[in-house]
Amino acid sequence: MNKVINESEDHFFSSKKSISDIKGTFFVGITQLAVILIIAILFVILGIIIYQGRSKFSWEFISSFPTNGMTEGGIFPALIGTFILVIVMSIAAVPFGTITALYLTEYASENSKFAAAVRFSVRTLAVVPSIIFGLFGLGFFIQFLGAGADTAFNGGELRWGQPNILWASLTMSLLTLPVIIVSVEEALKTIPRELREASLALGATKWQTIKNVVLPGSVSGIMTGTILAVSRGAGEVAPILFTGAAYYLATLPGSLSDQFMNLGYHIYIMSTQSSDVEKTMPIQFATTLVLLILTLSLNVVAVLIRSRIRRNAK
Amino acid sequence: MNTQMPIKQTFTEESLKKQFRLSEFLAEKIISSVAFLSIAIIFLIFIFVFKESLPLFSFGSDAKAKTEINATTEAKPETYGAEPTEELKPESYGAEPTEELKPESYGDTPKEDLKPETYGSEPVSQEDLKPEAYGDTPKEDLTVASADETMDAVSENQEGADKTWSTFFTTEWVPVSENPRFGLLALLFGTLKVTIIAMLIAGPLAVLAALYTSCFASKRVKEIIKPIIEMLAAFPSVVIGFFALMVLATFFQDVFGYESRLNAFIGGVAMALAAIPIIYTISEDALAAVPKTYTEASLALGASKWQTAFFVVLPAATPGIFAALLLGVGRVFGETMIALMATGNAALSSLNPFESVRTFAATIGSEMAETVFGDTHYSVLFFIGSLLFIFSFALNAVAEFYVKGKLLKKFQGK
Repeated sequence: MNKVINESEDHFFSSKKSISDIKGTFFVGITQLAVILIIAILFVILGIIIYQGRSKFSWEFISSFPTNGMTEGGIFPALIGTFILVIVMSIAAVPFGTITALYLTEYASENSKFAAAVRFSVRTLAVVPSIIFGLFGLGFFIQFLGAGADTAFNGGELRWGQPNILWASLTMSLLTLPVIIVSVEEALKTIPRELREASLALGATKWQTIKNVVLPGSVSGIMTGTILAVSRGAGEVAPILFTGAAYYLATLPGSLSDQFMNLGYHIYIMSTQSSDVEKTMPIQFATTLVLLILTLSLNVVAVLIRSRIRRNAK
Repeated sequence: MNTQMPIKQTFTEESLKKQFRLSEFLAEKIISSVAFLSIAIIFLIFIFVFKESLPLFSFGSDAKAKTEINATTEAKPETYGAEPTEELKPESYGAEPTEELKPESYGDTPKEDLKPETYGSEPVSQEDLKPEAYGDTPKEDLTVASADETMDAVSENQEGADKTWSTFFTTEWVPVSENPRFGLLALLFGTLKVTIIAMLIAGPLAVLAALYTSCFASKRVKEIIKPIIEMLAAFPSVVIGFFALMVLATFFQDVFGYESRLNAFIGGVAMALAAIPIIYTISEDALAAVPKTYTEASLALGASKWQTAFFVVLPAATPGIFAALLLGVGRVFGETMIALMATGNAALSSLNPFESVRTFAATIGSEMAETVFGDTHYSVLFFIGSLLFIFSFALNAVAEFYVKGKLLKKFQGK
């Protein structure tokens, strides 16, 4: 009797297992396929852009002005414009972001409602569509601050109340703020509690501890945040559409109240509003390649620094 | 006891009191007020985006006088050097009510709008004779003519307010014409269509990939896959849009053989690429946060690895995955550059996924540069902006509070 039951049970289990095995391979296969598909798409995009852009991609392309109604020549002013944009943006966003992160990790208590509100607004900033930042830049920086400053100081003469590189950079700094805050916060959290306690026990005040112990320890975190923010800021176009990016400029921007050319905006303009889209195709792909190299390499650097911070924390 | 006595005496109540140090006090105050700024920014964004759309809400004649004062003072710095000496030309608003005009325009509107290949430039051809301004508007505005135009627009704005509202719930988006119509429904329809297509592609792909990463992949494979997929987030949206415009559009047209090269489907595919890293990262975090005891209990009961993954881990992480999908929707809904470059930008409302559409964000992006400050069109675009802001704010709030609360409860076994 016993034996029979065992046999039938065995049989039962084994048959079920084989069905389950087939199902199992199927389901695991699907998930595997999803991963492979995503990675394949990524490399296809990269591959096509590199393949199409490589013929035009050269030092001369990077270092010369566009000529002949933007159908020939290089992207030098767009590249410089992008650099100025991210530099001014970092100058505004990095201190602001670092201090907010300091507040969240060092000063805010666990159950503080205020800190929760700050966290919530930072996360909201991260999900607000980038075009809204553009509208805000136009409504607040240009129409309100800029035009206000013009009436107050310039006697109504138009200087700041129009799109320019300063307003574009400030708009962009709001967009990249969450990136910096999150990175710095993460880095601050990896600094061991013992270090802070040792400093406090030696009689240092809270601010002295932050200044001499916490901040030096989080330099690499601030760097990661800055690099990620720069990578993001270099690629975003929507916020600068109406806050300062220009279609074509014959000269480089000389002051903060000038407009500027931008790599991403250049791609957008060239591919949608160029007089001869077919002819400028290699230029467009090469410009995209330059932008992609810029953002991807910055990202890789940030990821490497971050993984080093994590390893040190362990 | 004896040895402790002298020490005890040195700590008087006075000395134990926290000393007031100015630098400490200042540092704390400055740091928390800077932190407060990020809350302030959120409010400022809403206030200033919404403020520009306020003229739309001034109904009737009571508000008229007030608007006039506001409008003229606000318009002043916008005249760019040219003094607004010109008299206010009373505009002919088209005496006919909008309802009468509508049946007439059914015939010709599609013709105006059916230009899927305009690549984000204005879809309306009626008043396009004026020089086009791509972002460098101020140069255009330096002319006297535009100052004149501003005044016209302002005066039109006052009486146009309630007329504008009546056109909001129609499906015609013809902002630049003798009789402008702002049918937000057409844009809403287009935005939803693209969002649905994008989420149908990105949602399953990203969640399944996250499931593989957190449940099946070995540690080494995981360390390779994760950064690569997250690398997709570093692709600027203008690059994805460009890729869709140049490569995907041609490729899919060859495969499916539909008519308009740029359409909702292409836009959806491209936006899926933008949404995948967000959905992937957040749902991977949610899956990894499922307590190990769940997995171990399931495995101990004899379930296989895939059964555990699909019937234990995945259901346990549902709230987190839901949050991931919500944030993905938020990203697609507000995506501008991809919509501008890949969707064709014609406000058609048909169910066919291979027709051109126009989304909210793309409308703002492509038309803002051509509007005049204070114009109804300008206000409507800002109004769309505040709608988008409210929507993304609400999505984030839901993802944050509702989902997190649920997740916590679940893991605490309540």
